[in-house]
Amino acid sequence: MKAAGVVLAIAVALALQTTLARYVIRGPVAVDLVLVAVVYVALSAGPVTGLFCGTIAGLIQDALVASPVIGIGGLAKTIVGFLAGIVGTQFIVAQPLPRFVVFFGATVVHAVVFMGLYVLLEMRYFGAPYEVARVVAWQATGNAVVGVVAFQLAELLPGAVDRRGAARNRIRR
Amino acid sequence: MALLDVRQRAGSLFLAVIVGHILLISAQVSSKSGVPVLEAVTFGLFAEVQRGSSAVVNGVRHVWSGYIGLRNVKAENDDLKQRLAAVEVELQQQRALADQTRTLEQLLDLRDHSDMRTTGARIIGAAATPDFRTFTIDKGTRDGLRPDMAVIAPAGVVGRVVVPSARAAKVQLLVDRNAAAGVLIERSRAQGVVLGGGDNLLRMDYVAEAEDVVVGDVVVTSGIDGIYPKGFVVGQIETVEKSGPAYKRIMVKPAVDFRRLEDVLIVMTPAPARDARAGGTE
Repeated sequence: MKAAGVVLAIAVALALQTTLARYVIRGPVAVDLVLVAVVYVALSAGPVTGLFCGTIAGLIQDALVASPVIGIGGLAKTIVGFLAGIVGTQFIVAQPLPRFVVFFGATVVHAVVFMGLYVLLEMRYFGAPYEVARVVAWQATGNAVVGVVAFQLAELLPGAVDRRGAARNRIRR
Repeated sequence: MALLDVRQRAGSLFLAVIVGHILLISAQVSSKSGVPVLEAVTFGLFAEVQRGSSAVVNGVRHVWSGYIGLRNVKAENDDLKQRLAAVEVELQQQRALADQTRTLEQLLDLRDHSDMRTTGARIIGAAATPDFRTFTIDKGTRDGLRPDMAVIAPAGVVGRVVVPSARAAKVQLLVDRNAAAGVLIERSRAQGVVLGGGDNLLRMDYVAEAEDVVVGDVVVTSGIDGIYPKGFVVGQIETVEKSGPAYKRIMVKPAVDFRRLEDVLIVMTPAPARDARAGGTE
């Protein structure tokens, strides 16, 4: 995956997260589209690209929200991007179920690092453990569904264009 | 060739980036000074992107709902909503003013509060991550906004300005985990502090077990924090439980529906007294 593609993926995810997400996604399922984009890039392009994608996306997110410390989101997404890239190169992750598991696991790892660092630095309180687990589970499920659908669409669309072109050629003949 | 080498040393690269992040975090944790420059610059630039995206999204939504759908009814409804919002704001101001006449202390503060000036702003973007509850509005320092100015809506308190850039500002919602406000129960005058929980409820702390608090009581700002003007509605008490021997555990449902907010008002408070003194009045 080229650098421009990575930058485009992050930019689109950020734009969607900050504009459309609040109209479409409501209730406990607060999907992190930027995290989905990082895992998507990591699975498609490997650990190094995933690492850089996670770093850039996380730092931009940190800078855009009222984050008391810039770098915590960056660190969490760097780790997630790298690990997802490793999983993508070491295992066959081509079916919806394995992809769902990767997106779900990536969200959990992200939450553990992100919240863990804030708790460690005594800068934020995230509530009772069962409440945190419930919120993270919802978010992980939401991210996994969006990630799997994104993969399916990305794989189907080029094929659909080719098939449509082939059908036109047959009709002309 | 060099790129290939980097890819073969992914582990080393990973460690280097992690160490870089840790250094970055460490540098900020030890520092206690204002807004980081990186945050302000990035936010200022991205706010312009958000403004454009928001304009496109709003344009499409308005064309769809205002023209293709119920054209006349939508316009009339918008007009009525605006009038209702203005009346509700006026009602809140009246409530705040009436409250101020109750005690001598409030009478002394009357001049500061009665000439409260506000400016309207439109929400142009939400937080870039669901872990923080913030909004971006289309007014900034050019319009006189400064950090810690209160942001309100017709229904009640929304939050405060945290990072203003020239033409936009970031607003921290009252439900953000880092947000808090001094409040009191309107009926019994019991004081406390509401804290954001990250979801759509607020927690009210430091209310003594002996205080008279019941479900349904209205919670208003106490003005003690120096950010939110006194007497503005924060929400309604949803649950009251005993929490240890000394305090109650109280959950408050915010008066504002943060998911449906589109326009807000910023309370244009005068510059802090220390700034005025620095200007040579002392």
